[in-house]
Amino acid sequence: MQTDPDGMNALTQEDKARLEQTGLEVGMEHRTGSFFQKDQEVIHCTSVAEGLEVIPIAEAMEKHPWIEDYLWNAVPADKDKYTSYVASQEEPRGVVIIAHEGSKPIYPLQACLYLVDEPVQHVHNIVIARDGAELHLISGCASATHEQQGAHYGVTEFYVGKGAKITSTMIHNWGAKINVFPRSAAIVEENGVFISNYVCMHPVRKVQMYPTASLVGDHAVAQFSSIVVATPGSYLDLGSRAVLLGKHTSAELITRAITTGGTIISRGHVIGATEETRGHIECRGLVLSDGIIHAIPELEARVAGTELSHEAAVGRIARDEIEYLMARGLDEETATSTIIRGFLDVKIKGLPELLQRQIDAAIDAAESGF
Amino acid sequence: MLDIEDLHVEVSGREVLHDINLHINEGETHVLMGPNGSGKSTLLMTIMGFNRYTVTEGNILFRGRDVTSLPIHERARAGMGIMFQRPPTIAGLKLGKLLEVAAPPGSSGNTKEFVTSLNMDGFLDRDINQGFSGGEIKRSEILQLMVQKPDFVMLDEPESGVDLENIHLMGASIAALLQKDVHIVQRRKSGLIITHTGYILDYIDADYGHVMINGSIRCHGNPREILRLVKEKGYMECITCRQIQTA
Repeated sequence: MQTDPDGMNALTQEDKARLEQTGLEVGMEHRTGSFFQKDQEVIHCTSVAEGLEVIPIAEAMEKHPWIEDYLWNAVPADKDKYTSYVASQEEPRGVVIIAHEGSKPIYPLQACLYLVDEPVQHVHNIVIARDGAELHLISGCASATHEQQGAHYGVTEFYVGKGAKITSTMIHNWGAKINVFPRSAAIVEENGVFISNYVCMHPVRKVQMYPTASLVGDHAVAQFSSIVVATPGSYLDLGSRAVLLGKHTSAELITRAITTGGTIISRGHVIGATEETRGHIECRGLVLSDGIIHAIPELEARVAGTELSHEAAVGRIARDEIEYLMARGLDEETATSTIIRGFLDVKIKGLPELLQRQIDAAIDAAESGF
Repeated sequence: MLDIEDLHVEVSGREVLHDINLHINEGETHVLMGPNGSGKSTLLMTIMGFNRYTVTEGNILFRGRDVTSLPIHERARAGMGIMFQRPPTIAGLKLGKLLEVAAPPGSSGNTKEFVTSLNMDGFLDRDINQGFSGGEIKRSEILQLMVQKPDFVMLDEPESGVDLENIHLMGASIAALLQKDVHIVQRRKSGLIITHTGYILDYIDADYGHVMINGSIRCHGNPREILRLVKEKGYMECITCRQIQTA
């Protein structure tokens, strides 16, 4: 399936620059497929890998009627007013991505959601990795200018089959007047792996999300990592939740949060519902200037035999760390930025090197402000 | 190289160093001994310029320049280097990265050689000091100093926590830092070393020894002789010795 392959090439240089900060590769050199939606219009949709389908959701429902079974299954349609809004749309927008059995493309697939001049952009995405399949998704979300007002409601449902793996990396580059309400959830079957990464280092008015992974099959694994910076005026209410339902399932929720004046609420919730399960929440926050970091880790053990833990540390950069580097000849400013870069350097287990490099590059680009 | 004159230092509003005078010439190595809590580490930290240590009186001159009020990094760039006894752990900052930023601009790129000589190849991608053993911290600190190439080196108990297998390696590396292989006339590097055990004296010929008691330097002399006396009679002798003299 291909929709206007030149769509991305028609972007202005400025658009390209903003989107590239979210990981978009216009040239598609290291991409296995691509989906690009501008406001409500699907500009580009293609897959170059065998066993990998990338189809706009409306088409997918015609082509694969069984997709119905996956709609509003992981995320309930009536969860809140945002999901209800997306569910009520007569013409659904978004993408269905299916990695068929055994499909293991090396390069990631990119999905790009670009808000230009609509008051609300809504999307509903379904991402399915069939048994044994592997899929790496990098989603970039951006608005055209920092001055623009608007909202983005995005529902994404992930289905990870037996022995399958999905990594989903979302990089946000919205503007200071945009409200963003992603609603996503994953259902992970036996031996499945779901890795979710979130990077937001640019101003945004409000982001509110609380993705949930339900580990229904034995030995399923979930890992959430968030690397976020709240600039003055930004309000980031972020969480992640793992429900350990299968035996020997495990989850790790990691957050690195920096405020330079904005507010970050860092929630985490692990529910140990079965024996022989493990969960860990780790939140580290740096308050660089007057802002708020509010860490709310929740551990909910429902049976004996689940091991849940959390560690959180929020504060300023320790003076002894800065002085240690100054004693090696770094001035205070360089010492501070070196420490911040290290703080944000989260190596995510199970991520292809290429994707890790992409995340590193996105962070590096945003770090120039420190 | 280093001249300390009538130095008084406060920590949290309390004077902890009193009237310190110390002169270290180019090429000389001095050792500082004294009981726990006597102020030895405080002196090193003050010379380096750490924030917690406030000089209330006196001066620190480095190569004739008054550095008493200079920020830490300017002292480092002027040629001072320090080995930390308990360096902080910095999450995410790799040792390899730190070596990169600590190398002075335009310095010869023999970092790799130093890393191998200290058996630190496996540590470059590790967060600095995270989970390092006592001996590994010492090797990492020496490695950083080798890359930094200071002219005046301050070492705080370099032998503590180092196993017997590595003590020779540490001793040899410190000797190299202090140019002990260079004839005294040509030697440019100087050092001030805190030692409890004196093991380090087997690897470096120290020129002078000083004993610090309760924030004051009580005596100066031949380092081996001082060490022998301390081993025989303990530091109490130093305390009473001065009391008798002043009585």
